[in-house]
Amino acid sequence: MAASARVLFRGANSKLSLSSVKSGSYNYLRVTLLTLSCNSHVKSQRRHAAHFTFQPDPVTTQYGPTQKMNLFQSVTSALDNTLASDPTAVIFGEDVAFGGVFRCTVGLRDKYGKDRVFNTPLCEQGIVGFGIGAAVAGATAIAEIQFADYIFPAFDQIVNEAAKYRYRSGDLFDCGRLTIRAPWGCVGHGSLYHSQSPEAFFAHCPGIKVVVPRSPVQAKGLLLSCIADQNPCIFFEPKILYRAAVEQVPVEPYTVPLSQAEILQEGSDVTLVAWGTQIHVMREVAQMAQEKLGVSCELIDLQTILPWDTETICKSVVKTGRLLISHEAPVTGGFAAEIGSTVQEECFLNLEAPIARVCGYDTPFPHIFEPFYIPDKWKCFEAIKKMINF
Amino acid sequence: MAAMRSVKLSGVCSHAVRQMTGMNACRMLQQRSFRVNGVHRQQSFDPTDKPQFPGASAEFVDRLEFIQPNVISGIPIYRVMDRQGQIINPSEDPQLSKETVLNFYQKMTLLNTMDRILYESQRQGRISFYMTNYGEEGTHIGSAAALEPNDLVFGQYREAGVLMYRGFPLDLFMAQCYANADDLGKGRQMPVHYGSKDLHFVTISSPLATQIPQAAGSAYALKRENLNRAVICYFGEGAASEGDAHAGFNFSATLECPLIFFCRNNGYAISTPTNEQYRGDGIAARGPGYGMMSIRVDGNDVFAVYNATKEARRRAVAENQPFLIEAMTYRIGHHSTSDDSSAYRSVDEVNYWDKQDHPISRLRHYMTARGWWGEDDERSWRKESRKKVMEAFEKAERRLKPKPDLLFTDVYKEMTDNLTKQRDAMWRHVKQYKEHYPLDAYDK
Ligand SMILES: Cc1ncc(C[n+]2csc(CCOP(=O)(O)OP(=O)(O)O)c2C)c(N)n1
Ligand SMILES: [Mg+2]
Repeated sequence: MAASARVLFRGANSKLSLSSVKSGSYNYLRVTLLTLSCNSHVKSQRRHAAHFTFQPDPVTTQYGPTQKMNLFQSVTSALDNTLASDPTAVIFGEDVAFGGVFRCTVGLRDKYGKDRVFNTPLCEQGIVGFGIGAAVAGATAIAEIQFADYIFPAFDQIVNEAAKYRYRSGDLFDCGRLTIRAPWGCVGHGSLYHSQSPEAFFAHCPGIKVVVPRSPVQAKGLLLSCIADQNPCIFFEPKILYRAAVEQVPVEPYTVPLSQAEILQEGSDVTLVAWGTQIHVMREVAQMAQEKLGVSCELIDLQTILPWDTETICKSVVKTGRLLISHEAPVTGGFAAEIGSTVQEECFLNLEAPIARVCGYDTPFPHIFEPFYIPDKWKCFEAIKKMINF
Repeated sequence: MAAMRSVKLSGVCSHAVRQMTGMNACRMLQQRSFRVNGVHRQQSFDPTDKPQFPGASAEFVDRLEFIQPNVISGIPIYRVMDRQGQIINPSEDPQLSKETVLNFYQKMTLLNTMDRILYESQRQGRISFYMTNYGEEGTHIGSAAALEPNDLVFGQYREAGVLMYRGFPLDLFMAQCYANADDLGKGRQMPVHYGSKDLHFVTISSPLATQIPQAAGSAYALKRENLNRAVICYFGEGAASEGDAHAGFNFSATLECPLIFFCRNNGYAISTPTNEQYRGDGIAARGPGYGMMSIRVDGNDVFAVYNATKEARRRAVAENQPFLIEAMTYRIGHHSTSDDSSAYRSVDEVNYWDKQDHPISRLRHYMTARGWWGEDDERSWRKESRKKVMEAFEKAERRLKPKPDLLFTDVYKEMTDNLTKQRDAMWRHVKQYKEHYPLDAYDK
């Protein structure tokens, strides 16, 4: 199914139910609706079609009955399972009580009570610090940061506190029961502060785990793994997939192992590594490479950014001799650099071409220039061509 | 009660001390100078059994008593007009000329009209996002009018009226929302992230509350320039929960900055109501904790906002100290075009504010009572303002987007090697695959 590029930050298509907002006494225009004149340029103003097509994985029956869910619903399902099975579990953050601006916690407060699913004051350092404390005291703490872009006020709590709690206390204290969730990545029109992919900042921080799912099924399994994991985890949710990605998701709890990459498609000529939304770009790239160049790509979803699965990646590169890594975040200091240097150390003699990175440019994430900024399929395709012809 | 009285007293004392630095304050106390952390400080010293702790000026008590959280509560709401637009106390009437008042009204309603058109254009997919200012027009215009044109403004995002009052043209509002080639911000930010160097309005940034300590720094720098300029910093009651808000309040008080903190308390931070945001008496109650002058005003009374801001501005500059204004108002619109507020508040609640206590209606009552504005004026102004907005809107829609080269500039002052390479690589690629990029929508 085609991903909609118009995933708004919340309730994308929420009908204008508050008609009073438009028709009140101070409706200054006192018009029903504006009839904005259409002109020939409107087409150019419309947002661009999505830069990828979401492809569901084959349906699994391994974990029992499934239900059609999009990505935000699969997150809700994971949270629901956790609240049901773990009486210590609490979920909190800005606007979480009414369901969250992305609807990930809809219905949970009513089902489990307002002492377990609640709003916090608007303060990210507070949210993470509070979560650490709850975890230290034995609760399962699931903190929501409204956007990954707004995680930085909590940087100190994450980097200096959560990540180092166990180590600095000689394992007397830890906050392993903390999971931080945050919407992540580009959305088509999010610009500087609703588009970022900050995983590389946290990948530089031993002591936390960083995970990014590609789909509803993976999201639920990986989120449950993060929650169960004995270490603090950051779980970044590709927000463009919240509605655009729909799969048959198991209703019962299940886990997908952390620190294990998944080979989504086997191939012999080039290894493609990505995570989150970019997996779907890469799927199309692999297909284009096959059809237009006769090149066989092996596509790997890294899934856990830290600590990452070097073995699966290196084994693949030993086989293919070529590696392309792609992410939306700026290329310099991005996680592709880490993967590239490890592979270079481990697989130097197997490499047939320089390792390629197709990533965001070294600029903030721009609004109107997003179509030029993102590492789209054409840029990735071109990189494969160059590697093959090296 | 003893504890309460002494709290009050010490409040008065510490304020007096600050006002009369280096002089005997409160009591006839001796002075002595001593060193704390290598810094010389002055402190009153009483040889009798008085507390000498450097961190507080207070008295000893011999009864255990916690201070009640409501020591500061029920901070009154200053207003000039009642809901029918009648002046309550003539001595508080700012006595603004007819011309000035009409200008207030026209700016408030023009803002409202612009909001409606841009909100609707977002619903139609013409712009990507929008945030309306419905119901808060009085806070914008009243405060903006009380400032000097070259006072520096730090906003949050819901203060478009301040910029409008300063003369930011409709064309530029529209250009920003459309991210077209005329946008002063070069198309890089989401709609409503306006900025204007000429109008001393620092470009809006989405991360909340970051402007609050920045405003303190700017006010400090302006103070040192001694040019009779102040800084005003707007923020929501939600943003006031951020750590940066604490930093900004405390810095401005300790560093004695000529700064007006203007909190728009509109009842919600997205879906979060104020009773989940704080448990004290709003934002104004925090002022005394920071040693800061504070007032709460009726934000739907444009004259009250005007008077409070004017006096705060005058004193902030004259006395080099920050002022905190909490303007009570109501966010009548959804939080943004991404929000549907019916999920967390009732239509009745919204209707009350829209119909019974709207800043625009209140000012109109005032004007009507003076015979300054009639139905005909209203009708023709509506037509005229809508026409102005539509013209700007259509112009912005026709305009191309900024040239893609601007993706790479301003990251640094100068183009760096890596950015130059990346820009060149982008163009090579885009030319090779030009059918896949929307080049004709952009300036060359
Ligand atoms: C650091 C940060 N956290 C979260 C957000 C998301 N966010 C945007 S507006 C908003 C609510 C702000 O409420 P308030 O300060 O009361 O302003 P209002 O919208 O009511 O004018 C939130 C949570 C953000 N922009 N920045
Ligand atoms: Mg608010």
